[in-house]
Amino acid sequence: MDIMQALDAIWSARWPLLDGFGNTILISAVSILLGTPLGVGVGLILSYGNRVLRFIVRLYSDFLRGTPVFVLILACFYILSIVGIQLSAFQAGVFALTLFCSSHVGEIVQGALKTIPKGQTEAAKSVGLTFFGTFFSVLLPQALRMILPTWVTTATEIVKASTLLSVIGVVELLLATQQVISRTYLSLELYFFAGLVFFLINFAIEKAGRFVERKVSLPN
Amino acid sequence: MTIPVLEITNLHKKFGEVEVLKGIDLTMQSGNVVSLIGSSGSGKTTLLRCVNLLEDYEDGVVAVEGEQIGYKQHKGRRIRLKEREIARQRAMTGMAFQHFNLFPHMSAIHNVMLGLIKTRKTPKDEAYAAAEGWLDRVGMKNWKDHYPGQLSGGQQQRVAIARAIAMNPVLMLFDEVTSALDPELVSEVLAVVKDLASDGMTMLLVTHEMQFAHDVSDTVVFMQDGRIGEQGPPEQLFHNPKSERLAAFLKNSKF
Amino acid sequence: MDYDFNFAAVWRDFDILLSGLGLGLVLAVISIAIGCLIGLCLAFAMLSKKRSIRWAATVYVSVFRNTPILVLILFTFFALPEFGINLGKIESFIVTLSVYSGAYLTEVFRSGLVSLPPGLREAGLTVGLTEFRTKILITIPVMFRRVLPALGNNFISLFKDTSLAAVIAVPELTFYARKINVETFRVIETWLVASLMYVIACSIIAAILRRTENRLAIPK
Repeated sequence: MDIMQALDAIWSARWPLLDGFGNTILISAVSILLGTPLGVGVGLILSYGNRVLRFIVRLYSDFLRGTPVFVLILACFYILSIVGIQLSAFQAGVFALTLFCSSHVGEIVQGALKTIPKGQTEAAKSVGLTFFGTFFSVLLPQALRMILPTWVTTATEIVKASTLLSVIGVVELLLATQQVISRTYLSLELYFFAGLVFFLINFAIEKAGRFVERKVSLPN
Repeated sequence: MTIPVLEITNLHKKFGEVEVLKGIDLTMQSGNVVSLIGSSGSGKTTLLRCVNLLEDYEDGVVAVEGEQIGYKQHKGRRIRLKEREIARQRAMTGMAFQHFNLFPHMSAIHNVMLGLIKTRKTPKDEAYAAAEGWLDRVGMKNWKDHYPGQLSGGQQQRVAIARAIAMNPVLMLFDEVTSALDPELVSEVLAVVKDLASDGMTMLLVTHEMQFAHDVSDTVVFMQDGRIGEQGPPEQLFHNPKSERLAAFLKNSKF
Repeated sequence: MDYDFNFAAVWRDFDILLSGLGLGLVLAVISIAIGCLIGLCLAFAMLSKKRSIRWAATVYVSVFRNTPILVLILFTFFALPEFGINLGKIESFIVTLSVYSGAYLTEVFRSGLVSLPPGLREAGLTVGLTEFRTKILITIPVMFRRVLPALGNNFISLFKDTSLAAVIAVPELTFYARKINVETFRVIETWLVASLMYVIACSIIAAILRRTENRLAIPK
C-alpha cells in the first residue's frame, strides 16, 4: 500500500471526485427532502385514514419495505423508460430513493403516533381542542421528538443507499472513485478513501442528530 | 326554576354487546357536589366520560346547562354534532384524569394556557396571567416553568386540575384523581378538590376515597351493574345503607 | 402506455429465480449466525469496565454502520486480495455481510443486556454459578428472547441486502433478474416478479419469526 501514491491519485482526480461527492449529497438531500413529507402523509393515512385508503397505503408501504432498495432502483431505472417516462439515471435513482424514504418515514410516523397514550388526546379534547388542534398542538410535537432519532438513522441509510446509483451509471462518489481506480489500479487505497468519506458524512449526520435531540429533549 | 347544570335522563351506553349503562337519571344544580361510588365495572367512570363525550352514548340525553351534549334531534332522528361543536361543548366542562394526562412537551403554565389560547382564543399575555393565577390557586405557581417529567404525581395532578378549572367550566369532572398517586401524595390533591368544592364549584367525582366522598359531597350515588343503586346525602348512604349490596361494598372499602 | 404483458419468458426461468432466492436466504442465514457471534462479543465489550475495550467496540460499530455496504462488498472483494487475502465471491460476500451485521447486532444485544434487571445476574451468582456460566445459562438466554423481534428485523434487512451480491456476480435473485431483463427485455415482468418474490419471502420470514417469538416467549 503506497499512501503517497494514493494521495497523489486522489489529488489529481480532486475535481471529478468532488463532483461525485456533490452528487452524493444532492441525491441524498433531495430524496430525504421529498421522501419525508411523502412519508408523513403515509403515516397520517395509516393512522387516521379510512379503511380503503389505509389498505392501499398499507400495500404501498409493505411492498416498498419488502423490496430491497437495490431492486427498487433497478426496477425504477428500467421500467420507467419502458412505460414512456423518460428520466435520467439520476432522476430514476432519486425517485426510487424517495419512495424508499417515504415508506420508512411512514412506518416511523405511524409507530410514534401509536405510542402516544390515549389520555393525551382525551385531555386535549377535554379542554375543547378540535382534531386539528389536538394533532398540531399535542400529538405532532411529541411525535416529532420520538421520530427524530429514527429519522436520522433513515437519513444515513439513504446516504448509504445512494451508492447503489453507481450501478445504473450515476457518477456519485463511489462511481467517481471507481473511475479513478480503473486508471490507477489503487483499489485498496481508494475504496478505503471512499469508505472513509461516507463514514464521515454519516458520522456528521449522526452527531448533528444527537445535538438536535439534546436541544429539544424534555427535562425530567 | 333554574336550569340544572347537569341533567342526565335515561342514559344508555354499550361497549359492543355489553350494556354498561342501563338507564341513568341524574340531576345536578349549581354548586352541587356529587360523588359516584361503586365497585369497578359498575359504570361510574363511563358515566363521567359520557358527560363530555369522551364516550358516545346510544340512548338518552346528557344535557349541560340545558344543552344536549354531542347530539341534536333532527326530524325525529338523532345526529351527532359537528367536530367543532362538540369541542366547544367539551370546554363547558372540565376534566381531571386518573393519570393526569399532562402534555409532557409543555411546561406547567403552558399546559394551563393551551385551552385558553386555542379554544377560548384568549390573547397570550392574558392567558399567561390567568394561568399563573390558577397555578397559584392549586399551590403550583412556583413550579410554573417545570415540565411534567420534573413534577411529582401529586404536583402533576394539581397542574392538571388547574388546566381544567382555567377554562372556567360550569361543571368539573374528577375521574379517580388520587388512585394513581402514592399514598403520601393523596392528601395534597384532595385538599385542592375540597377547596374548590367549598368555593361553590359544581363537581361530579368518581372516587375510591370514601372518607373524602363523605366529607366533600352533598349527594353520594352508589352505582351497581350500570344502574344507580342508591343515592342520597352522605350521612344516609354511609351510615344507613338501605341495600345489602351497598352495605357489603362499604364494608369492603373499610369505611 | 403500449406494453404487452408477457410473463412466459419469466416463468420459463422461474426455477432459476427461485434458486437465486434460495441462495440469498442461505447467505443471510450464515451471515447472521456469524454476525450474532461478533455482536455478542462486542456487546459485552461495550459493557466492559475497561475504557479501551469499550472504545474499540464503539469504533467498530460506528464505522460499519456508517459505511455503505456496497463499498464494503467491493472493498472485501477487490481490495483485500492486495493483502494476499483471496476469497471466492461467495465467501467474500459472507465475510462482508457478517462483519456488517455484527455492527447492527452489537447494538441490539447491548440494549437487550442493559434492559435486563440487574438482579438476574446477581441471582445467578448467589446460587454459585461463575460469571461465565451465569452469562451462558441465564443472562444470554433471557436477553435473546427479549431481542428476538429486533433480531428478526435485522435478519429481514440482511436478506434484502443479499441483493447486492449481484454486483460481484454472486448468482442470487437480483443477479438472475438482471440477466433475464437483459436477455428477454421483459422489463416490467422481470422486476415485478423479482420484487414480489422478495416481498413474499420477507412476509413469510416475518410470519415465521412471529410464531417463533410466541413459542419462545416466557409465559406470563
